[in-house]
Amino acid sequence: MSEWQVTPRLPEHPDVLWAEAEPKASYDVVIVGAGGHGLATAYYLAKNHGITNVAVVERGWLAGGNMARNTTIIRSNYLWDESAGIYEHALKLWEGLEADLDCEVAFSQRGVLNLAHSLGDVREGRRRVNANQLNGVDAQWLTPDEVQKVAPILNISTDVRYPVLGGTFQPRAGIAKHDWVAWGYARAAHALGVDLIQGCEVTGVLRDGDRVVGVDTVRGPIRAGRVALAAAGHSSVVTSSLGLRLPLQSFPLQALVSELLEQVLDTVVMSNAVHVYVSQAHKGELVMGAGIDGYVGYGQRGSFPVIEHQMAAAIELFPIFARAHVLRTWGGIVDVSPDASPIVGLTPYAGLYVNCGWGTGGFKATPGIGWVFADTIANDRPHPLAEPFSLARFDSGALIDEHGAAAVAH
Amino acid sequence: MLRIPCPWCGLRDETEFSYGGQAHVAYPAEPSTVDDDAWATYLFYRDNPKGWFAERWMHRAGCQRWFNVVRHTVTYEIAASYPPGASRPEPA
Repeated sequence: MSEWQVTPRLPEHPDVLWAEAEPKASYDVVIVGAGGHGLATAYYLAKNHGITNVAVVERGWLAGGNMARNTTIIRSNYLWDESAGIYEHALKLWEGLEADLDCEVAFSQRGVLNLAHSLGDVREGRRRVNANQLNGVDAQWLTPDEVQKVAPILNISTDVRYPVLGGTFQPRAGIAKHDWVAWGYARAAHALGVDLIQGCEVTGVLRDGDRVVGVDTVRGPIRAGRVALAAAGHSSVVTSSLGLRLPLQSFPLQALVSELLEQVLDTVVMSNAVHVYVSQAHKGELVMGAGIDGYVGYGQRGSFPVIEHQMAAAIELFPIFARAHVLRTWGGIVDVSPDASPIVGLTPYAGLYVNCGWGTGGFKATPGIGWVFADTIANDRPHPLAEPFSLARFDSGALIDEHGAAAVAH
Repeated sequence: MLRIPCPWCGLRDETEFSYGGQAHVAYPAEPSTVDDDAWATYLFYRDNPKGWFAERWMHRAGCQRWFNVVRHTVTYEIAASYPPGASRPEPA
């Protein structure tokens, strides 16, 4: 058998998976944003709640925003109980997703390493491992030698600026093929009767007193019994027509890939302290992400110094990467909340539901939030796993501070 | 790379500066009278416009002084740079 044959292969690109829909005059539910979260929400509304008179309206093309731009990392090793609830729910759904959607998504549980480079990192990492284990989330603390066994190309020598002092490891974590996840949800939602409408930017929200009754779009008004936002970095733009402010700031987040290389890294490595996270895609590209750019922006591109910093960190951790070439870089717009946790649930307007504030980490939550948000919309009350993530927590002060576990980017 | 005009030092690279978010957000004048809603607004709610935005920057690697910039959040064009205390100029 040739080497090519034993190399993992992606499935062939499929024919059209869903039919383009024209917007109808009204729906039971309109979901704003056909990214992973919007599509998953539509699918679970139809599948779990029998609500199929649903449209997902998208400004650009399906899964062309952050769903196309993320680094596909999936993990559930967050610190607080509330986060463990939602992210672990998502990870369990990932584990059955290919069977559920009857579609390959190249979900690969290759583990995620979070490196520690200082005494503070070590203490924080050990604390998080303990918290994860108490919440039933798989997590281990690894010594530098154990880290090296998981990622042999990692430089664990002590004569570098930020030596590896250990790391947390979640074996069930991993990556998936982001496009296939979106297309899988789109196909399954479409098959259950959901309308997927691309090129349909929402320009305003229609209301009758304190009730939201639909959306204005570039293709005309669409009435809706309920409106659900899954618009990520553009959430504030959508709610601004209502005068509804959200505690979000939108920032560019950059990532990049190398050319195709031999498989050299079969896990995901993240380092908060030196600001880089790396995995190797099935095809062979090294996929690397950075921190967010330092200023509010919607430009879907970032600053060069951020990439330079990220590459410096990557090369210190992985000296062999010095010979790789950057193939392309890009930016997406992420909506960052004050406590690095999402905002999910009801709003001061009846019939309007928000799902935003996922910042740099929304991809991993896709199945979990789709499930929970659909339940929240269908029952007009927060799903128990969404309840702590309400907009009201910024008034009550019950914040869920995940700046440590949200890792590099915040 | 943004090129940011410091009112005192002139045009410098973005890497010399720290970011301070939305400008002209004043500390409540009578903190003891402020209710939970107003505190939440002061602490956590900032404008997030897709368009012109007045924001604070600090020239960390230069004069270390804070100032305000009016910048477009899509084109990243900078229309104005002015000292703290001055009112926001309208972009042309």
